[in-house]
Amino acid sequence: MIYLDNAATSYPKPKEVGKAMLHFLEKVGASPGRSGHRLSIEAGRLLYQTRESLAELFNVTDPLRIIFTLNVTEAINLVLKGLLQPEDQVITSSMEHNSVMRPLRELEKRGVEVKVVPCSPQGDLDPVDIKKSIKKNTKLIVLNHSSNVIGTLLPIAEVGEIARKHSILFLVDAAQTAGCYPLDIRKDNLDLLAFTGHKALFGPTGTGGLVVGERVDIKKLKPLKFGGTGSRSESEEQPDFLPDIYESGTPNIVGLIGLKEGVRFVLKKGIDKIHQYELELTQKLIEGLKEIPGVIVYGEDQVKDRVAVVSFNIKDQLPSEVGLRLDEEYNIMSRVGLHCAPAAHKTIGTFPTGTIRFSLSWFNTFEEVEKTILAVRKIAQRV
Amino acid sequence: MKDNFSVVIFYSNSAAIRAESLTKKENLKIKLIPVPRHLSSDCGICLRFNNEDKSKIEKILQDGKVEYENIYRI
Repeated sequence: MIYLDNAATSYPKPKEVGKAMLHFLEKVGASPGRSGHRLSIEAGRLLYQTRESLAELFNVTDPLRIIFTLNVTEAINLVLKGLLQPEDQVITSSMEHNSVMRPLRELEKRGVEVKVVPCSPQGDLDPVDIKKSIKKNTKLIVLNHSSNVIGTLLPIAEVGEIARKHSILFLVDAAQTAGCYPLDIRKDNLDLLAFTGHKALFGPTGTGGLVVGERVDIKKLKPLKFGGTGSRSESEEQPDFLPDIYESGTPNIVGLIGLKEGVRFVLKKGIDKIHQYELELTQKLIEGLKEIPGVIVYGEDQVKDRVAVVSFNIKDQLPSEVGLRLDEEYNIMSRVGLHCAPAAHKTIGTFPTGTIRFSLSWFNTFEEVEKTILAVRKIAQRV
Repeated sequence: MKDNFSVVIFYSNSAAIRAESLTKKENLKIKLIPVPRHLSSDCGICLRFNNEDKSKIEKILQDGKVEYENIYRI
């Protein structure tokens, strides 16, 4: 079996991930941050170590500025709904996933002004277009770091600099880059970094979070959920400090302990090494696909700096049929259709049919890429 | 012996655990314990340390920007 759907959920995970989760269930088990007994304290320590590992990966000084959510969607919802008020303007791109687009369209109905800056058919964004869209009431810029459809990177550091100059907050959706592409909260000029645990960070599903940068005034970022935090229990008001303000209810501690091991795996391998390897695999895949008559690969003409997400179509064949043949005849797991990103498909010209998407991870091999190219060749020849 | 200890009371459990992590790196003898009932009505934990380390503890908390409620002798 060849698994090429890592942009949805990475598989397999490093062995340590499952091991640590099982160890927790069998030997620790308790709620973090709730009780004073030793098992609860140990659970709290393990949870803190997850924050510490992520802080190291994203270059965050204070691990308590990292808060946990169920996934990147929840982190993005927290920021958009917690920050934007009627009459505020928010700027985004035409390459966004529905995790950004849907909350924005909902907020639009409530009076928030949404400006979608168009990207090129290759998915590129010109930072100047962002700059031109800034108005007096612009409160936030939100961009994906990389497209989940074609793997194109957006120029976040440049946009972050523009945001700083205009005192606007900058949120980045790092769903496709956290764990496989260098991300630095300082160098990339980020205020809010939303990530998910179950993709390149190798955690289980149900883990994710948000880095809350120092320029963010948490009094102006309302929580999505209110409730028990284990702190300030005498008060019926939500705590006003990180991370508790945004972390009501018992967290997915088992999952977050798995995430800790996933992040440690990434740190141990080295993010540059992971990115370089994935880029080599991707280059081979793209070059191989492009040689097949009738195959159209989307995105940049040249293989440049990008992440390992590749979209293509075969002339006169439906993505769903290609995907089914890949699965049933060649044991290759792909994803077909619109990938929850209608705006991105409109931008690259593949709406409403969509594409076939291959997404790679550290655990894929050159041999798997070769087999995949051969399978697509046969399908394209209708063999 | 008991008179030689103090505790740092934090606003949150996470802050207490961060303080533990930072102080352990400096090899100070500390322990996380449940907050003594007479100090707070909360159900959380606090950091117990030897009184002689008070200034070191305060510096670590300040450098690490760990907010805390108060320090009490116990």
